[in-house]
Amino acid sequence: MDEKIEVKESVYERNDRISKETKEFLKSRGVLAVNVLGAPGAGKTSLIESVIKRAGIRSYVVEGDIESDIDVKKLGEQGIEAVQINTHGACHLDAPVVKKALSEIEFSEPGILFVENIGNLICPAELTIGEHAVMLVLTVTEGSDKPYKYPLAFQKADVIVLNKTDLLAYVEFDERYFLEGVRTLNPDAPVFRVSAKTGAGVGDVVEWLKERKKNTI
Amino acid sequence: MHEYPVTTEIIRIASGAAEKQNASKVTKIALVVGDLSGYASDSIQMYFDEISRGTPCEGASLEIKRIRPQLKCAECGLLFDMTPLSFKCPACGGGSRPAGNGSEFYIDYIEAE
Repeated sequence: MDEKIEVKESVYERNDRISKETKEFLKSRGVLAVNVLGAPGAGKTSLIESVIKRAGIRSYVVEGDIESDIDVKKLGEQGIEAVQINTHGACHLDAPVVKKALSEIEFSEPGILFVENIGNLICPAELTIGEHAVMLVLTVTEGSDKPYKYPLAFQKADVIVLNKTDLLAYVEFDERYFLEGVRTLNPDAPVFRVSAKTGAGVGDVVEWLKERKKNTI
Repeated sequence: MHEYPVTTEIIRIASGAAEKQNASKVTKIALVVGDLSGYASDSIQMYFDEISRGTPCEGASLEIKRIRPQLKCAECGLLFDMTPLSFKCPACGGGSRPAGNGSEFYIDYIEAE
C-alpha cells in the first residue's frame, strides 16, 4: 500500500543553506559579496576591473567560467588577484562550488568580493551563491528586449548596469522599452548607464556598492 | 538546463523523505515547477529514468505541476500570464508588477512503499 508523504522541500534548499552560511561568514569578515551576472561578452570582467580601480577598497575576486583562466590572467595583468573556478560544463555557479573557491582566499581585511558568474542570463539567476547583492550586467548591444526574455535575472537583480554606452550611436537600442521592462519586473534596482571601457558612469556603481556595504555588512 | 544535478538532488530529497518514514521504495514524486525556474519539464522524466537507476526512486513516476509566471496590473488588478512580448495589461493597457509566482521549484509530496 503506497503511503503519501508530505515533503514541501525546495530543490534548492541545500544550496540555499550553504549560501546562507557563506553570506554570514563573509559578513563576519566585513566583506560584501556581489554576484555578477550577465551574458557572455557583457563586460562583467571589464566592469569588475573598472570598479576595483576606482573603488580604493580591498577587493577579492572569484572568476567562474566553464573553461580557461583567461579572465584571471586579464585581472592579474591589472594587479588584481583572482581565484578561478572552472565548471567544465556546468552552466552556473552554485553555493558549494563557490564555498570551496572561497576557502582559497584569506579575507584578511574588510572589502568587497566580486564573484563573476558563468556568462549566462538563465541559470545563474536561479541559484544563490552566498552573495549580499546581485549585479546584473547588460549591454546596449544586446538589444532592448532582454527584460522580456529573461525576466528572472531582472527580478533577482539588486543593481542593473547597462554597459557599452559608448556604442549607443552604432546600435538600435530602445531605452524606453528596456526601462519599462525593467521597472515592471523590478521597481527597486537602480539602473546605471556605464562604459567599463571609458570609465563613464562607473563612479556611480562604486558609490552604490559602498553604500550597499555600509547598509549590509 | 542542468537537469543532472537538479535530478540528483530531487532523488536525494525524495529518498531521504521515504527513509524517514521507513519506506524503502519511492513510487511517485510530485513536483511543483515554475516556468521561470529554468527546469525543462518535458525532459525531466527522461533524465530521471536514467539517473534514478539503482536508487530508492528507480521507476518512480513524476507528477509535475507547472506554474506560469504572472503579472498583476497596477491599474485594474487583473492577473495575467507573463509573456515576452509586452508587460502591459491586456485589459486596460496599464503597467504591471510580478505577481510573485513562476519560480517555484519544490517537491510537494512523494508516495512510497
